[in-house]
Amino acid sequence: MLSSVVHRIGLGLLTLLVVSALVFIGTEILPGDAATAILGKAATPQAVAALRHALGLNEPAPLRYWHWLVSVLHGNLGTSLANDRPVAELIATRLKNTLFLAGVSASMAVPLAIILGILSAINQNGVFDRIISIFSIGAISVPDFFIAYMLILVCAVQFDWFPSLATVSSAQDLPARLHAIALPSITLTLVVLAHMMRMTRASIIGVMSQPFVEMAFLKGLPRWRIVVQHALPNAVAPIINVVAINLGFLIVGVVVVEVVFVYPGIGQLMVDAVSSRDVPIVQACGLLFGAIYVGLNMVADLLATMLNPILRAPK
Amino acid sequence: MSAWRQRRGLGATIGFTIIAINLIAVALAPWIAPHGQADLVGNVWAGPSAGSWLGLDNLGRDMLSRLLFGGRTSITLALVITLLSFLIGVSLGFAAATTLRWIDALLSRCVDALMAVPSLITALVVLSVLGTSIPVLVGTIAVLEATRVFRVSRSVAMDIAVLDYVEAARLRGEGLWWVMCHEILPNAMAPLTAEFGLRFCFSLLFVASLSFLGLGVQPPTADWGSMVRENATAINLGGTAPLLPAAAIAILTIGINLVVDWFLSFQTRGQGERA
Repeated sequence: MLSSVVHRIGLGLLTLLVVSALVFIGTEILPGDAATAILGKAATPQAVAALRHALGLNEPAPLRYWHWLVSVLHGNLGTSLANDRPVAELIATRLKNTLFLAGVSASMAVPLAIILGILSAINQNGVFDRIISIFSIGAISVPDFFIAYMLILVCAVQFDWFPSLATVSSAQDLPARLHAIALPSITLTLVVLAHMMRMTRASIIGVMSQPFVEMAFLKGLPRWRIVVQHALPNAVAPIINVVAINLGFLIVGVVVVEVVFVYPGIGQLMVDAVSSRDVPIVQACGLLFGAIYVGLNMVADLLATMLNPILRAPK
Repeated sequence: MSAWRQRRGLGATIGFTIIAINLIAVALAPWIAPHGQADLVGNVWAGPSAGSWLGLDNLGRDMLSRLLFGGRTSITLALVITLLSFLIGVSLGFAAATTLRWIDALLSRCVDALMAVPSLITALVVLSVLGTSIPVLVGTIAVLEATRVFRVSRSVAMDIAVLDYVEAARLRGEGLWWVMCHEILPNAMAPLTAEFGLRFCFSLLFVASLSFLGLGVQPPTADWGSMVRENATAINLGGTAPLLPAAAIAILTIGINLVVDWFLSFQTRGQGERA
């Protein structure tokens, strides 16, 4: 048990290292390096050469990667090319906003998806199950921004329940903040709900073909008890995985949703930085998103290991 | 062609109709569009009228014409990206499954690394360095999509490579390339076709999302994602302009999903009957 946990954490750290290398390669080694990005295409070769020297771009790439990694680990994410402010400072408040939005959405989406998934597994091929299935095929096919603008049109313009722009400030109290992010969080919930629900249902139905479920049917138990008491505990590991994967989708969804609702989070910051080619900010945001994604997957695997008696038993 | 003789059911018929209408409309766009994609024909966000059925956009251009031309850009881009990603993904996936073990290990670890970060984030990092242009967009998304294609084609080819007829072909001295093209590819067609449909949808959504963020197709070229972006503010006035291109993406994606579902259902049923 302990060895598998240590092994998984080691693997997670290794993945993080790979992610940091990818982000570094993506921004530093590809043609059109930071110097050209800062000065623009019209810059003279001399100016580019001088800036390359100043930025240390003439050092060999592995050495630069090492320097960069060490400074990132010390919390020094560099300075923004656009306004010379430290990247860490620019990111701090926005990270809090993004995590708030993602957290609120996840706390709505996860319980809802699991409950609806269980209900449609109980009602397999019934009317409720079909309605859920049609809804989820629709929701999976529709782009995030379509859901967002539909919600704005109905809930903000037609009925004026919620604001269409999610402006938050530190002066607001919690209810005011929740009201401000109502539409973006509902959008994100809908984006991940369908997938999570379908896969929860599939995991439970996968367990339903096992002999012990058949035994439970033969004992004459009602279907809902079989699903909840016999199938569900055995489907917990795949469900946790499903939840983690979909929280990953949520992180990607955050980028588009923040832009739609002009929400001051990291997604919006990253998109702006990509347009203005502010490489240090893009690096930091990419690294953050990557780290959150890798971390989620690691936590899911660890939870699944701890909940699975076969994996938990000492070998 | 026994596929066509299968009973299609309502879902698949709707799906095929949606795809056909989209392809025809997009192919004939220059001839059936009432206006050019850059022509200013009236007031900004004017409602539907006899001359422009779907109203006008943020600069007073005809929405229907721009949807047709935009579809041309979006669908062509998604198709090119999907084809390219299959070219890369399938050839590497088959190579990993049939050649030396260290090649497989190397390729698989590279793919794992690329898949460790959500692809939108990787794409944003690459675009920030290379800038936005159509070749960069196509290349980046194709490579990111190829990782998924690699996984599927590798696992399918792994199953096929151990079968007797592949062994027979190898023993009679056929080259690796011949085996891949004549033995493995035809037998991997069914899962790869289904994957092609799903990857196409994903590429369409990916390009649209990047264009929507202002990092994909650049104006004045119409494309469904950037049309949503351009018309976004109309929503606050109660207009539906940004919903039209978004709905076009959604309808095409649903159509393809319906066809893929049908395809997969008779593929698996066929296998069950044989067994």
